Amino acid sequence: MKRQVPLMLVFTLALVMIVQYFVPNDFSLDTNEFLLKWIIIIGIFAMALGIWSLIRVSYEKIRRRVPGWQYPIATLLGLAAMIVFGFDYGRHFYTQEGLENYMFIHLFQYIIIPIQATMFSLLAFYIASAAYRAFRARSVLATVLLLAALIVMLRFNPYLGTFGVYLEKTTSWLLNVPNLAAKRAIIIGLGLGAVATALKVMLGIERAYLGRD
Amino acid sequence: MKFKIMILGCLLLALALPALAQDSVKTVEASAIPAISPPAPATNVTAMDSPNDNGHSLTLRWTLSADDGAGQKTVLGYKFLRSFFPDSGFVLREGMAPSGSSEYVDMGGRKPDDRDFMPNDTDYYYIVRAITADSNVYSDSPVIGPVKAVGQLYNVGRTLVLVFVLCFAAITIFFIRRARKGAKLFVRRLAGIEAVDEAIGRATEMGKPILYVLGLGTAADIATIASFTILGRVAKKVAEYQTGLIVPCYDAIVMTVAQETVRTAYLDAGRPDAYNDDMVYYVTSNQFAYVAAVNGTMLRQLPATNIYMGTFYAESLLLAETGALAGSVQISGTDQVAQIPFFVVACDYTLIGEELYAASAYLSREPILLGSLKAQDYGKAAIIVISILGIIASQFRWNWFLELFKAGN
Repeated sequence: MKRQVPLMLVFTLALVMIVQYFVPNDFSLDTNEFLLKWIIIIGIFAMALGIWSLIRVSYEKIRRRVPGWQYPIATLLGLAAMIVFGFDYGRHFYTQEGLENYMFIHLFQYIIIPIQATMFSLLAFYIASAAYRAFRARSVLATVLLLAALIVMLRFNPYLGTFGVYLEKTTSWLLNVPNLAAKRAIIIGLGLGAVATALKVMLGIERAYLGRD
Repeated sequence: MKFKIMILGCLLLALALPALAQDSVKTVEASAIPAISPPAPATNVTAMDSPNDNGHSLTLRWTLSADDGAGQKTVLGYKFLRSFFPDSGFVLREGMAPSGSSEYVDMGGRKPDDRDFMPNDTDYYYIVRAITADSNVYSDSPVIGPVKAVGQLYNVGRTLVLVFVLCFAAITIFFIRRARKGAKLFVRRLAGIEAVDEAIGRATEMGKPILYVLGLGTAADIATIASFTILGRVAKKVAEYQTGLIVPCYDAIVMTVAQETVRTAYLDAGRPDAYNDDMVYYVTSNQFAYVAAVNGTMLRQLPATNIYMGTFYAESLLLAETGALAGSVQISGTDQVAQIPFFVVACDYTLIGEELYAASAYLSREPILLGSLKAQDYGKAAIIVISILGIIASQFRWNWFLELFKAGN
């Protein structure tokens, strides 16, 4: 019973969503909106579990003095600070006014955003190191990859003159023919795989996500 | 005295000349713009319910005014007036159709509190107005109506999708039934999946944990659902080999499902005591904060194996490169085509495209799951055949064949 009820729910709701896709009227759209709102509601409850998990794991790390135990302290302090300022010291517990709190805005703008930008900017260096590894001509295929990459990169060189025009044309061909063909093949495979997986979930064949009785 | 009168006359003339000159300019300007005569009105106006929608929308069609692109060429476009009555209460609608166009979709709001609510099953009357550069010069078509907006029960434009889904579902169910009866189904070797067992063994030998990253997808994403299944298989092996498992989560719902999946795997492996809720934990729902936390875990705990399965975006390379620097064996799979090259470069094994969805069947070797893989192969074969036929049809201009595969909204 504990397993059959969730399976029935999954099957019924999946069927509703499939029918909804083909029925465009107001009732169908309202049903879709209603079900999507449920995802938000469940997400809010799950967020409480998530925060509790974060606090528990961080506390355990601090208590057991695991390597790098100082970092969870920063995590918990950051979490507490954002909650306190976000609720504007408890004065705006039920309203959004706490989000306009001076400290809340400044912590977000001058700490979180620069840190995010720093993390994102690391990508440039990682791309360089990954490219170095990918373009080592160790085999015929790797050499072809290296040549293709050189052509694509060199087309931006302003000093190549007429030769640059040929590189531009070759680049367009590389991007629009072999590259696009491979991408489309992957996308078609993904689409079929997604439909097959959805079908397996709907029919209860794939049920790892349900846990055990 | 005469001299004074002359000076006064000259001054008056000097003052009057610019004014006279301006008057003459105005006269010239006025005469440069010819008066616009009212254009010919739009004719054969029809109004009908827009197809394949939830209503709240009507489609107007007309034959162009004789002065639109021809005749006097004075028509700049068309505006529309709508009323609930045939003889009064016409109100100008916000939108307009440019000259040369002969169709306009008048869309309104769906709900009563929407700004431009347009109720269904209500009579509407329309006038199509051909407008010119002069806002006072236009010509109206005769009133057309009544017409009602109605929500449809079936979107005809999606018939092709329905046919495809039904065919594919039928093939899948056929192969699943065949597999249940014991038919042997060949599945090609997936190096990335075969490496999972090897990687878990390596982690056990090294005495280091396995890091499993579910990506940034939600629990509703197919890639994440496929990843849960793989996580289940990996967790079972990890429990059998008594290795450590770390699953940092980006989404709280994903964390809850992942905890249940891992707990079940440990129960199946007969090691419920080894399971701990803290193996699967929530980090944050902020992309780069999540990356920072996972990268920190990689560099501090140095996992023997990192497995990335699910939906990934810009963080794919940040994670995989850090893992490579930490010396971990890395296995990845994602449904995001743009991220596959990053994983290919930085990981030891990468599941490309639908291999991510095939992984659970491949790992379990359950005939029912393998049956769905066969259906996917037949689906791909059908798409290849249709693509070749499409190329031939476009070469020979068999438009009827191409029209068959045109999907609507």
